[in-house]
Amino acid sequence: MSDEDPAANVERGKAIDRDLSNLDGSAWDVGDGVSTDLIAPGRYFDLRSDLDRLAEHTLEDADLVTTDDRFMEAMEPGDFVVAGENFGQGSSREHAPAIIERVGVSAVIAESVARIFYRNAVNVGLPIVTCDTSGISEGDDLHVDLIEGVVENRTTGETIRVDPLPDVMMTILQDGGLKAHVAANDGLELE
Amino acid sequence: MAAVTGTMTEQILSEKAGESVTSGDVTVVDVDKALLQDGTGPLTVRQLRDIDLEQCAIPDGTVVFLDHQAPPMNDRMANEHALLREFVDEVGAQLSDVGDGICHQVMNYDYTAPGDVLVGADSHTVTGGALGAFATGMGSTDVGIGLALGETWMKVPPVDRFRIEGAFSPGVYAKDLILRIIGDVGADGENYRAMEFVGPTAEAMRIDERMTVANMVVEAGAKAGLFPSDETTKEFLESRERVEDWQPIEPDPDAEYDREYEYDVSDLEPQVAYPHQVDNVVSVTHDRVQDVPIHQAFLGSCTNARYEDLQIAAEIIASHDYEVHPDTRLIVNPASREVYERAMADGLMETFSKAGAAINTAGCGICYGGHQGALADGENAIGANNRNFKGRFGNPKADVYLGSPATVAASAIRGEIADPRAVIEA
Repeated sequence: MSDEDPAANVERGKAIDRDLSNLDGSAWDVGDGVSTDLIAPGRYFDLRSDLDRLAEHTLEDADLVTTDDRFMEAMEPGDFVVAGENFGQGSSREHAPAIIERVGVSAVIAESVARIFYRNAVNVGLPIVTCDTSGISEGDDLHVDLIEGVVENRTTGETIRVDPLPDVMMTILQDGGLKAHVAANDGLELE
Repeated sequence: MAAVTGTMTEQILSEKAGESVTSGDVTVVDVDKALLQDGTGPLTVRQLRDIDLEQCAIPDGTVVFLDHQAPPMNDRMANEHALLREFVDEVGAQLSDVGDGICHQVMNYDYTAPGDVLVGADSHTVTGGALGAFATGMGSTDVGIGLALGETWMKVPPVDRFRIEGAFSPGVYAKDLILRIIGDVGADGENYRAMEFVGPTAEAMRIDERMTVANMVVEAGAKAGLFPSDETTKEFLESRERVEDWQPIEPDPDAEYDREYEYDVSDLEPQVAYPHQVDNVVSVTHDRVQDVPIHQAFLGSCTNARYEDLQIAAEIIASHDYEVHPDTRLIVNPASREVYERAMADGLMETFSKAGAAINTAGCGICYGGHQGALADGENAIGANNRNFKGRFGNPKADVYLGSPATVAASAIRGEIADPRAVIEA
């Protein structure tokens, strides 16, 4: 059961520890063309200085399929965001993937992802994969192994293979994000 | 030194990588310029401090802009500005203060040079492509690492050629061309790609027009959008008293493009993007945009708030006895202090004021929806800016349309979306 309290979900989400080969949760379907404005609305611009507070509004302007509730009222930390084409289009605001990571979303699974968002997601340590999402419906129970590159839909029994992350991005993700990568290597070490 | 061959993208990235690279290669390139703004820069500073890397390898080319919250809306934002001022002092970077203008305007006019690699924590950093730079938007951390180390990693994108020919009809502008292109290729049609604009019409465009086109390539998903650096670029840099920054950049005759598009603008009509996607593009004469009442008209943003844009709008408004429709609010945010001063000296500001406009600080204004000018529930706005996503202009229960400054001015006069050609003739 969801907590239905965005602030409580942020607190619980921050405590989530992701095992990249063993992620379990339910799917929330946000559809095609979700812009960073829908993820981190501009009207909360001044909350960017406090990511916990901004995170209470994660995906606030995106519509879900099965409920009129806002994402942060409906979600459970550990759940997945499932999207169609061009997820994360628009602004370069890194706050958008950062708050999705912060609220404990296990991974974003999208048909396709806009360029800046994809890079930002990896930089902030948010697992993000692209694959055919047409076989996933909102509420489906998913088991994901990102190391093997497999999404198992336990509701339908279908197994979906995900597109491999480019080597350079897998290196950064496994180091825990760009900041951790640079700190550990004293610079960029991507060869 | 790497051989100078290929597309403009490959030439610049090869030069900055110190090795010959081509589409698909992953490489580390030198960063010449970097920009931060007040919405993204504070996170950059916090990230760099977290790993004890508060430094700047390119302080003369790193500019921090206080433009999205100009002036700051509350104490929270004022403190973010204070953090950025502290960072500038700490690392020796350049500050563009409240009222100085929008990052992409000031960056192109005063800093960016042809052949540069420019990274900016703002998606519209692609505007730098107007000068023949490889300019791209990234997140706070990427740009932070880029300016701290003076390098970043890049995957060399596939490059598509857009050859533009023909002359614009009266009432049709560069904004209409880029809207049409985005409508055609789609919001992700150029995702992970670079666009290069060539041909007689691209060559004939002024720098302000090239900036309008390059500014919006990100709305098709592109990583960069480049124009050649030619005599027009040289004259522009001369006028900015930095001709020493000029170098010619053009595609090698044997450059291999992934996809090639041809546009003839002779028959192009004014274009409008309707809610809530920038690629929902139709001609202003299309049924979808008839009888759409306009409650607010916005002349501003990094796309279309230069002197030339304000001049086009002011002429239309002055020729209609300075009468904006009584049910329409007109909001003007000039792109920079310099534009503001010139528009004041030449009477454009007087025109807007006579027409009842609210003239605001040079800066981003209402575009992103977090600072002044929010719409009420159910209202419609038309803007000269670049995005109409749900929630832009501050209210997810309102609708935003996009058009050229002329279409915005015409719509403000009529109180509904209007064809500037009809209004100019009336």
